[in-house]
Amino acid sequence: MNQDARALLALLGPNVAKEWIQEGGGTLTEGARRAMEAEAAELVQGLRSGFEEGGEVGAFEARPWAAARETLEALSRSRVAQGQTAAETSAFVLSLKRPLFSALQRSADPAAAMAHMWSVSLLVDKMAQWTVSAYQRTREEVIQRQQQELLELSTPVIKLWEGVLAVPMIGTLDSARTQLVMETLLQRIVEAGAHLAIIDITGVPTVDTLVAQHLLKTVSAIRLMGAECIISGIRPQIAQTIVHLGIDLQGIATKSSLADALALALQQTGYRISRTDQ
Amino acid sequence: MAAETQGAVPLRNEADIVASRQLVRQLSVALKFSLVDQTKMITAASELSRNTLVHGGGGQMRWELVEDGLKRGLRLFFEDQGPGIPDMKLALTDGWTSGGGMGLGLPGSKRLVQEFNIRSAPGEGTCVTITRWK
Amino acid sequence: MNAGMYRIPILQMGSTLLVTIQVDMQDQTALALQDDLAGKISATSAKGVLIDISALEIVDSFVGRMLASISGIARILDATTVVVGMQPAVAITLVELGLSLEGVRTALNVERGMQLLQRTREEHLLGR
Repeated sequence: MNQDARALLALLGPNVAKEWIQEGGGTLTEGARRAMEAEAAELVQGLRSGFEEGGEVGAFEARPWAAARETLEALSRSRVAQGQTAAETSAFVLSLKRPLFSALQRSADPAAAMAHMWSVSLLVDKMAQWTVSAYQRTREEVIQRQQQELLELSTPVIKLWEGVLAVPMIGTLDSARTQLVMETLLQRIVEAGAHLAIIDITGVPTVDTLVAQHLLKTVSAIRLMGAECIISGIRPQIAQTIVHLGIDLQGIATKSSLADALALALQQTGYRISRTDQ
Repeated sequence: MAAETQGAVPLRNEADIVASRQLVRQLSVALKFSLVDQTKMITAASELSRNTLVHGGGGQMRWELVEDGLKRGLRLFFEDQGPGIPDMKLALTDGWTSGGGMGLGLPGSKRLVQEFNIRSAPGEGTCVTITRWK
Repeated sequence: MNAGMYRIPILQMGSTLLVTIQVDMQDQTALALQDDLAGKISATSAKGVLIDISALEIVDSFVGRMLASISGIARILDATTVVVGMQPAVAITLVELGLSLEGVRTALNVERGMQLLQRTREEHLLGR
């Protein structure tokens, strides 16, 4: 360990964590304060072990700093969960400079202190950068998961009957959404060995050329795979729009209601329904 | 593996077309493209690699990992020193079903990617550039 | 014919020929398959051809045209072709590519494909 590292290690004493929280903690409840102090203490410990294992301030990605990095990632994740911003999180990490600088200012050798301040600054900056990257990664993961859940919620694929799947489309159909629905539907068709998919567009407010194109692409893909498709829920206005825009439905069966579509599906599958009373 | 961000492979025979597909797959997987996006990119590469070999007299496929802010993407360049395309407008006309176009599959490939650029002229060879972002 | 070239095997099951494409084919392999199938349909008087592409992650225009050609050739030789197991990502890409694969019958899997061939044969026998 070099002079510099030894000096910095000496700075990371038992009070640093407390001072740090005082500096960057803001107004906190007692419980929150204690939690933060624990986090800070763990981080200080991570930094200590980093120096002890020969870590250099300019190489925060290297192995000696692994413990410190992990603590920062955990810190990031908890901040994301608490709804804090990246700026707030990074500011917290950066505020570690204050207690360390104060300690250095009290030292006997001003020239050495200047050099050490530079190292402190470098190290804490790297820590803040790492925290922000980890924060962004966590945020992205959360957003992606939420998007996926939202999508699945808004377009369920329902098994109506043996070999018959139905997808009620609800809301506006943009290209990205239709793409995802298409992928999910096709995957389900393969998994279920379904030979018929009913796409119900009762919940779709408008059908323009673009939306029609997306629907037609979906149907083409379904047919290419060897299954067939019925579009149901076509309101009179949509029927008029389709004719008006000159959209060619290419022989796709259409029904105005899901019920009619199911009846057609059953008939095509060779089923016949009869009442038992009488 | 070293963090390479660009490279090139030859397109001089059929085996090279297969190799280019496999390389584009590796790159797409590394960039974490969705399965559909991977498939589209590899298929486009297959079409354009074949064009380079069959119509361009052979050439190469260059690849580059590109960045735009936080976005990461894959850019492919299909280059040959062949006869060039005399009628660009015709080449970009959809001809699968009608029998028109030039059978180069360019409009189809264009739909599979997000950015498509073609530079070609008789005597100057051809370079088709495609890009897909994650 | 290139003696060292890999050729995709064709299995015979009764009057149906089965092909499973599992490799990332070179163009010449696809052409050889087309040749071999035409020959075998003729030689065995096969009535059905089932091509399983469930392992194919990429179907580009060359393979697409090969499938369409095989369909057409088989039809002329009085056999029906069914292509089974197309992966969703492949279907989506083919639609975007604009390849319609007109005239090529498809089914979700081998079981359905065989059922389809069976039905077609029965209809054929009944003179429909």
